[in-house]
Amino acid sequence: MTEVTSSVAPPYPAFSEKLKFYAIWVFTALILLVLPKIFSSGGALTTFSLIGISIIFSLSYNILLGQTGLLSFGHAVYYGLGGFLVIHAINIISANKLPIPLPLVPLIGGLTGLFFAALLGWVSTQRSGTAFAMISLGVAELIASSALILRTFFGGEAGISANRTKLFRVLDWNFGPQIQIYYLIAAWTLLAVIAMYALTRTPLGRICNAVRDNPERVQFVGYDPHVVRYLAFCFAGFFAGIAGALAAINFEIANSAYLGALQSGTVLFSTYIGGIGYFIGPIVGAIFVTVLSLSLSDLTPVWQLYFGLFFIAVVTFAPGGLTGLLMMHRPLLKGGTLGQILPSYLIALIPTLALVTGLVLAIETIVHHTVNPGDDPNIKAFGMSFNASSPITWIIALFLIVAGSVAARLAWRRLAQAWDNALSAAHERGYHA
Amino acid sequence: MIELFVISTLNGVLFGMLLFLMASGLTVIFSMLGVLNFAHASFYMLGAFFGFQLSRWVGFWPALFIAPLLAGALGAAVERFGLRRVHRNGHVAELLFTFGLAFAIEEIVQIIWGKSPVDFRIPSALDFPAFTIFSTNYPAYKMFMLLVSIAIFAGLLLVLKKSRVGLIVQAALTHPHMVGHLGHNVGRIFMLVFGVGTALAAVAGVIAGPALVTQSNMAALLGPILFVVVVVGGLGSLPGAFVASLLIGLIQTFAVSLNGSFASAFGPLSPDYAQTWLADIWGVTVAQIAPIMPYVLLVLILIFRPMGLLGTRET
Repeated sequence: MTEVTSSVAPPYPAFSEKLKFYAIWVFTALILLVLPKIFSSGGALTTFSLIGISIIFSLSYNILLGQTGLLSFGHAVYYGLGGFLVIHAINIISANKLPIPLPLVPLIGGLTGLFFAALLGWVSTQRSGTAFAMISLGVAELIASSALILRTFFGGEAGISANRTKLFRVLDWNFGPQIQIYYLIAAWTLLAVIAMYALTRTPLGRICNAVRDNPERVQFVGYDPHVVRYLAFCFAGFFAGIAGALAAINFEIANSAYLGALQSGTVLFSTYIGGIGYFIGPIVGAIFVTVLSLSLSDLTPVWQLYFGLFFIAVVTFAPGGLTGLLMMHRPLLKGGTLGQILPSYLIALIPTLALVTGLVLAIETIVHHTVNPGDDPNIKAFGMSFNASSPITWIIALFLIVAGSVAARLAWRRLAQAWDNALSAAHERGYHA
Repeated sequence: MIELFVISTLNGVLFGMLLFLMASGLTVIFSMLGVLNFAHASFYMLGAFFGFQLSRWVGFWPALFIAPLLAGALGAAVERFGLRRVHRNGHVAELLFTFGLAFAIEEIVQIIWGKSPVDFRIPSALDFPAFTIFSTNYPAYKMFMLLVSIAIFAGLLLVLKKSRVGLIVQAALTHPHMVGHLGHNVGRIFMLVFGVGTALAAVAGVIAGPALVTQSNMAALLGPILFVVVVVGGLGSLPGAFVASLLIGLIQTFAVSLNGSFASAFGPLSPDYAQTWLADIWGVTVAQIAPIMPYVLLVLILIFRPMGLLGTRET
């Protein structure tokens, strides 16, 4: 038995590797500390806070989708319930002057998420795959509709609010200014990320992967996939509750939108766009999607359409997400053949850009004619100025779309060929992925 | 009381048949392609909006035929150029593709027709009371909706049971791989089934549009109920979908027409509890909880019969 273990288990990590591992976390903590010193504007701090909340939420979602293979359409339920409970908790704590400081309050949200995940999870996780996806959707609709009926608890359409500054103070922080909220969120984000990373390294995390890949085999080994899915579901609910609590503290309000389908959809989008195959994927996705949604909404009124189209493009062409795309280049980088494909990339870039420009032109022109037809036809979108009612715009857009898609097809095929060559060259040089 | 019962039964059967028009397409697509079409309700919405636009241009009756054809062609194109490509990336990617599609379709409909309801009217040829029952006028258009959905149901049954295509589809429901091995062009069958399924949803959209509200959120409102129907009936079971559609149609219609609450049954709550959440539960009427009835049914079914009413498959 010992021989088998020693031959199968990876070698115990060397001191330098361990140092490298801990250095990453210390480095991350340092970055989080100095970030507000570099970008000190109020807008930047709000953005960072939103990103932190989104990171915890997306990572908790990836415990389900990435680690256990459970596609949930109702993850916002645990996020929202955590948020609501925390608002009530803050009100109760400040009314009774209980000695609980604000930094501990997110734990209440986490426990709420855990409680409801434990309550609703047993039924939901009986089945996996498509059935689970639909059940999660049904349960989410049930909770979201009930929230509108139980008005005294959920506050109806308006929601309920609280004052975060009136709690028991430590270190003389009253958590009024955004900078203090930023540090609170940053600290919880770091803690939650470390905890969730640690979870993936536990035997439970590993058996979750096994349930995702081959539940039948797991049953033969002697585990119950239902129980494993249930445990993963509970952990995901716990961390989603923490994220919801931080969001509630950040905005000082919780309303029914927290629980809604849009919130569930957003976390699914950011997790999948980031990439579900790697631990860092949801973090990348959370940063990317938060920044994208904040900046796109300034540029165009129909940013959600672009967002949806981008998501469809990721699902169709890059199922590994952004992280998956980057990680694809690792063997080439290590084999030293990355330079071989750069020219093909540049060639593929031109028609792709043309195609995207044509699509944007067409969408913006249509939007102009349907949403605000009476306005000045000379419009500006994404830095391009054009006349929306002239036929030339239409012709250019059509030409760009048709020619761009044809040329892009050829260029990407060429790129795929160059890719294969570069990969086999990397293999010949002795590097195997 | 009898009046309420008769009218509610008629409305319930009507809503149930409309649900089945959509659920049947969804079930057949799910059984054959193994993918749950999240955008199915979006095609219902597209049907309603196409119907609205076409009825302005060419009148209601041509629109009733052209709109489903358009939506069906769109559906077939989605299968051919989208889903077939995504299929390589696995089932989760397929489901997410249709999820993104539903999101995008809602945005596009909002851009073209706006967020507020459009003025989709009942055609004047059908704008009269069909019959009077217990002093209530029952509109002829509702009878028309019922007849159309029953006719399509009968037609679907006939095609499935008697025609060659129906046989292949039926075989593919249970043994999709075997059908492929027998030399049928599975790709074309899939495209056809997807197109017909989405066209059926669009028919439901065109006939429901004037009676209900034609608005850009109609897909988001109906979509989840559709999934409840499919799960409650049993994934991949066509008779199950039929039973579940009628069941949910009747439950919702009856719930809406009932005004009872704990307060009306047991008298008002003592004023001590007036400010607590108990007051909400005590005062809520059956009509108010009608929207959550399907989901309660879903949870109950999952607890007591996880494979659905008439389902056989575990996953």
